[in-house]
Amino acid sequence: MHLAYPAVLSALLFCTGLYGVLARRNAILVLMSVELMLNAVNLNLVAFDVWLSKTAEETLHSGQALTLFTITIAAAEIGIGLAIVLAVYRNRGTSDIDKLRDTAESHDTDGPDRDALTAPQAEKAEATA
Amino acid sequence: MTTTNLAVLVPLLPFLGAAAGLLLGRTAPGFVRPLAVLPTLASLVLATVVALRQGGDQAIDAATGLTPTGSVPIELALHIDGFAALVAVLVGVVATCVQTYSTGYLREDPRYPSYAALVSLFTSAMLLVVYSGDLMVLLVGWEIMGICSYFLVGHYWETPEARAASIKAFLVTKLGDVPFLIGLFALATDAGSFRITKVLGTVASGGLDHPTLIALLLLAGVAGKSAQFPLHTWLPDAMAGPTPVSALIHAATMVAAGVYFIARLLPVFAASQAAMIVLAVMAAVTMLGSGLAALAQDDIKRVLAYSTIGQLGYMTGALAVADRGAAVFHLLSHGAFKALLFLAAGVIIHAAGTNSLAAMSRMGHLRARVPDAYWTMTVALLALAAIPPFSGFFSKESVLGAAEHVATGHTEQAPGAAGWTVLIAGLITALLTAAYAMRLWLLAFRGRGADAPDHGRQPLTMTVVLWMLAAPSLAVGALAYRVLPDWFDGRDLTPTLTTSVLGTGVALIGGIVTYAAWRHTTALAARVPLGAVAAHPEGDAAQVEAEAIASHAPVYGGVAYAPDPADPGRLLLGPLHRHAAVGFHLDAVYRALFVRPVQAGASLVRFLDREVVDTYVRGAGALPRWLGIAVRRAQTGNVQTYVSALLAGTVVLAVAAVLVATGA
Repeated sequence: MHLAYPAVLSALLFCTGLYGVLARRNAILVLMSVELMLNAVNLNLVAFDVWLSKTAEETLHSGQALTLFTITIAAAEIGIGLAIVLAVYRNRGTSDIDKLRDTAESHDTDGPDRDALTAPQAEKAEATA
Repeated sequence: MTTTNLAVLVPLLPFLGAAAGLLLGRTAPGFVRPLAVLPTLASLVLATVVALRQGGDQAIDAATGLTPTGSVPIELALHIDGFAALVAVLVGVVATCVQTYSTGYLREDPRYPSYAALVSLFTSAMLLVVYSGDLMVLLVGWEIMGICSYFLVGHYWETPEARAASIKAFLVTKLGDVPFLIGLFALATDAGSFRITKVLGTVASGGLDHPTLIALLLLAGVAGKSAQFPLHTWLPDAMAGPTPVSALIHAATMVAAGVYFIARLLPVFAASQAAMIVLAVMAAVTMLGSGLAALAQDDIKRVLAYSTIGQLGYMTGALAVADRGAAVFHLLSHGAFKALLFLAAGVIIHAAGTNSLAAMSRMGHLRARVPDAYWTMTVALLALAAIPPFSGFFSKESVLGAAEHVATGHTEQAPGAAGWTVLIAGLITALLTAAYAMRLWLLAFRGRGADAPDHGRQPLTMTVVLWMLAAPSLAVGALAYRVLPDWFDGRDLTPTLTTSVLGTGVALIGGIVTYAAWRHTTALAARVPLGAVAAHPEGDAAQVEAEAIASHAPVYGGVAYAPDPADPGRLLLGPLHRHAAVGFHLDAVYRALFVRPVQAGASLVRFLDREVVDTYVRGAGALPRWLGIAVRRAQTGNVQTYVSALLAGTVVLAVAAVLVATGA
């Protein structure tokens, strides 16, 4: 099989994932899109490993070994990610990324005094959240 | 012990007492009263011993240089002549009486330990001034008195009057002290020494280059300390302090220091005719103005304060005619009866629950409540009004006699104009003095109306002291014959016939006229009810007084004023009463001349700081703040925006890397 096929496939997968990460609103779908991007990379790793090992005298197949690592880590990562999403959903009643804007700088703050003044309020908001 | 050693102990003992009192006040409250009274008493005994040993003979001089101090040496020096010895005894007597009285007067005061320690420090500073033979050491005592008066006048610092009065006392006396310091430097430069003996030697040999300038500079400090016109305004307000403090400041220390200083350096002043004339005019204005103002005051202590200013005017008048014997004689007798007047006024305020004469004149039987204060105050007022044979008569006649001597050209030491000024002003003031003494006595003790509140006898410590001071008020006058001239310059102090007849005559006229006016107006008193008494009449005297001071302004509309038509002073002064009650608007003048410009300057500095300096600071901060605002706009909180930006950046970097790699 020519190298172009898996490369194009993985590029398509990656772009799909990228689109999902940038455009989807649901946090779970964003996580799934991240998985897609990861798997696109995995596919690349395997394909290039095979392509390189054709010409080599002897090889360790390090690309495929790395793929196994990536899959393991991705599993752990998706577990934590889903747990966070669940926790957020239980707290806020939504997992909509557009509405999770706690890190935003509020627009009315305009000076050091006002920062000092809003700091306790922000803390209180976090505590109630 | 040698006399010198004893003399060193005299100022040292109260100082050690003050230090111990301050240190032990919290930890050992039982020792505070002994520590306040005993060192003062001991230094009184020692001062008496020193005075007896000195005996008016050759002055005792002793000096020890501490360390070389550059051009003009400063030495710890004693110079005890007859004046110093006797004034020290007076200071000791009054300070002992005041300390004893204070144990009763402030017996429940939580700040008594620091109060007693400050009074001791004050006494020690005055004794230092009295005994010092070096002008710089004298200045140290002089300034310690200034700061102690600040603390003591502000003892009731819960009341705004006391806070304002303490700051005023400090600032006004400092206004005089700055020229005083310059004058001391000028004097020492001319004389080449700070030692009083050397300065006087230089003056005697005519070595003083600028006598008028030096005398006028020194006079400013004296006017501030001794409350002479135009720097007298702090003294009536200083009545916001506790009564024993008023007695101490007014009788023997602080105000006496200025007069005593001129008496010590009289040849310096006498070297300049102009200074003597200025001194005489100052004394005359002070005497007349204070006499009129005293007639219009409503607060019993302010009447006494203005009378102090007037009597100090007599002393400076005596100095203006170059008779320091008469001045110090009047200082001694005035010290005794004025301390008595103040301490008795304290008892009266405690008994009546108010410091307002208008309120007292509407109380019946006040004199039956405080018989000791009544009798002793009568004695002291007679002495103040210079009625023979009380002590004030002899000392005042010695002043008037000296003025008459100069006026008629018997001596050449002082200009005749000064003599006439002092003589005429002194006679008019004798009339005014008798008038306000009579008014005070009538209003305080001859009131009619509801009975004065009765809360038992006054503490023994307070009444015994009054009788102790009544004795010298009666008897000091006898010293004018034979005894005192030996201690002083040897000048005759006995009353002369002309001035005695004139002085006593005008005093009697003043008293009778006031009595007639009182008879005329007293019927009005019942029709205009007035008066407010302290909220806690059963409390100790200090608390009653603090409440009386605090309530006077809200009840009567001013600290010095009461709208009382039954006041004989109002009838006597006529249209002048309104101006006299506020001290002839001198405070308003000072407000326009000094306070307003200073406040305007302060607001200018405030404006420069807020609007000019701060503009640069804010300008420096503006650029970073705008940058911050711009960056902050990117922080939307939307993670996807951040990731998009990250992607865009990555793409840009990748393209750039590719372009660099291909060498495009």
